[in-house]
Amino acid sequence: MESIAVEMRDITKIFGHKAANDHVNFTLRRGTIHGLLGENGAGKTTLMNILYGLYKPEGGDIFLKGERVDIQSPEKAISLGIGMVHQHFMLANPLTVTENIMAGNFRKRQILLRKDQFRREVLELAERYKMKVDPDSYIWQNSVGEQQRIEILSVLFQDIDILILDEPTAVLTPSETDELFITLRELVDDGKSIVMITHKLDEILQVADEVTVLRDGKNVGCRKIDETVTKRDLSSMMIGYDIDLDLQSTHECTGDCIALSVKDLTVKNDKGLIALDHISFDIKEGEILGLAGVDGNGQKELCEALTGLRPVEAGQIYVKGDDFTGKNSKDFINAGVSFVPEDRRDVGLALDWNIANNLIIKEYGTDAFSSRGLLLRNKIKSHAKEMIERFDIRAIGEDALVKDLSGGNQQKVILARELNGLPSVLIANQPTRGVDINATMNIRREIIESSNNGTAVLLVSADLEEIIQVSDRIAVIYDGKIMGILPGRSSVAEIGPLMLGERMQRHDETASA
Amino acid sequence: MWNEIFSLTFLTSLLAATIRLATPILYAALGQIFTQKAGILNLGVEGTMIVSAMAAFTVSYFSGSLWLGFISAIVVGVLWSSIMAWLSNTMNAVQVIAGIGLNILGAGVASYVYRIIFGVRTLPPQIDPFPVVELPLLSKIPVIGPVLFCNNVPTYIAFLLIPVSWFLMERTTFGLRVKMVGEHPRASDAKGIHVTLIRNIAVLIGGACAGAAGAYMSTAYMNLFTDNLVQGQGFMAVAVVIFSKFRPGWALVGSLVFGFSNALQMRLQAIGAGIPNQLLLMLPYIVTIFALISTSRKAEMPSAYTKPYVRMER
Repeated sequence: MESIAVEMRDITKIFGHKAANDHVNFTLRRGTIHGLLGENGAGKTTLMNILYGLYKPEGGDIFLKGERVDIQSPEKAISLGIGMVHQHFMLANPLTVTENIMAGNFRKRQILLRKDQFRREVLELAERYKMKVDPDSYIWQNSVGEQQRIEILSVLFQDIDILILDEPTAVLTPSETDELFITLRELVDDGKSIVMITHKLDEILQVADEVTVLRDGKNVGCRKIDETVTKRDLSSMMIGYDIDLDLQSTHECTGDCIALSVKDLTVKNDKGLIALDHISFDIKEGEILGLAGVDGNGQKELCEALTGLRPVEAGQIYVKGDDFTGKNSKDFINAGVSFVPEDRRDVGLALDWNIANNLIIKEYGTDAFSSRGLLLRNKIKSHAKEMIERFDIRAIGEDALVKDLSGGNQQKVILARELNGLPSVLIANQPTRGVDINATMNIRREIIESSNNGTAVLLVSADLEEIIQVSDRIAVIYDGKIMGILPGRSSVAEIGPLMLGERMQRHDETASA
Repeated sequence: MWNEIFSLTFLTSLLAATIRLATPILYAALGQIFTQKAGILNLGVEGTMIVSAMAAFTVSYFSGSLWLGFISAIVVGVLWSSIMAWLSNTMNAVQVIAGIGLNILGAGVASYVYRIIFGVRTLPPQIDPFPVVELPLLSKIPVIGPVLFCNNVPTYIAFLLIPVSWFLMERTTFGLRVKMVGEHPRASDAKGIHVTLIRNIAVLIGGACAGAAGAYMSTAYMNLFTDNLVQGQGFMAVAVVIFSKFRPGWALVGSLVFGFSNALQMRLQAIGAGIPNQLLLMLPYIVTIFALISTSRKAEMPSAYTKPYVRMER
């Protein structure tokens, strides 16, 4: 018999003037995986943070197994058997796996650590759910997928019945995602109930038993997942109208001139180890080269080297035929190399600044925005208004602080800055990560549009679908080496093995290395 | 002059003075290891030490009990640092400014209260300081004996606190909690660790230790209180914490380096080494700067160092 694990009634939460949750009802049945679907800013995470005691709601009640409960803190939530795996991992890097798991799981009145006993328990639990972890490794030594496993283990340690996962697949590779879903099934078979927050429609169809859709802080519907539910149904529920999910790129690469050329490039990472090992490729004007690969195989270092942010150990970088090896970021900017960094919050934007100032970070010193060392406020303002209009940045105005924007709109601010004035080269690292569907489609369209205008694009993405949809050619990187360069529209089956390090049999362009 | 420097008596007295001068720094540094590991930089240690030194002297003077004075100083240290705890953990103030403010306030309060109680005198009132307790047998070992085993009880306590601190930090749940809130307060909160509480306790431990350090200055190292009794030892303790990379054993090494440079400059002045004494006076501070330059770049600071934690931040 199915019974109800959690029921949330009429939950209202207000941030500033905006209701993040507006009288939301939510029901989780025991022993099921419940997808919580919605665009960024729809209030999914807010709702679950309320269930987990991180936020206090302005109104509404929570019932656990039929009884009304008051959850004022995560401690309380844990004691009630509710655990949460956050989108940004809650792990302390310099501590070991065991220490991290221990930190959240002290027994009552426990004073001594008893590391050995804990270590054994960690291994036992990992075995029970068929998860592989090394309890003595430090967090920073583990890959993102492994870190997530550690997070889940750490939450399971709390002896919970209800597991909340916030965007668990955002940082995972396709195979890691499959592994995660197998684990989730194991957990449900063990009697646990799971809420999975996501904005990815495929995942809901793939793994969820039921789905609740939030839009603008309101519950717009709840459905059982069966064969009759389609992606289109879910997407129109999620954004309120039909959207074309297939981006038909009418783009064709026309240019002949090579805009960006990399020869035998070798670069070290922050730890001083080789991150890029003699890689070579060319990008023509108006061409989009997709760089596929599992995160952390040298993509970040490549982007930094190509924008003058990271020293080059060996090899050359040519921009439009000129040798730019060893030049600094200012030189690259002046040569028309634009950069959309992976980490928009730390590297891409000054979060505490307004939109207008963020838009001119690269150009404040030019005649367009300053005169004799003084900023021309009116020009900066009108430029910002123009960009907000052109890139459809949703904000109260050009004075809005960037930190108050949603992730998608923050990304649009970066794109507006980087695509302004037709760059000759665009380096885009994960431009749509953590961005909702609508914004994702817009960002991809903007990238294609810029290449139609002659920009050479290096698109780095862990999202294979995106790479296949947009790229003219697809390079695959593994362990700092290019495994092969495939034509556009190659299939996942062709790309996948290269991502895992199988070198292509006939790799013409990398052979010289 | 060189004959004097290389004599056994000079060496013994130099090392003995090193221990005496290292002790207050060691006390304060051990406490600050907890405070800083929890993510709080309390630059107000100096001020805490001054206030506590005054409290220890005053209570000892009137009660006649050095231990009552010592304990009062610890209590005062805890109370004084609770202002820092409140400023940094409840009000989310900028920690550097809060600490500097508390230093100035501490120096002012200490000399004000001292003058209300004792008035202005030509000769400051004095007490009998903590006596030297020679440990049986051990104190008879040449050089090492008089240096390590002929000290007062507060010095022995300071040395005992080294393994105690290590044990607390590495082997108890409290230690792991402290490290967690310093590294990743949001994660700690999500795991059900009470961030503000742990950080407050960490600041108060630092205050208690700084209190003991202050008491040591006025009732063990000296037997009186003056306005400039604590000359930068609090700041040196903060430097020692960073130098030691938050490890109690290395905090001892750091304290000894500072104690040694201080003792050295005093001895050199005493025997008239022919170097201007102003230069010699600078020695411990120059050592501080160089120690920090050489180690602070490699020190792995807690990720949330000096960052206030606000739960609701989006």
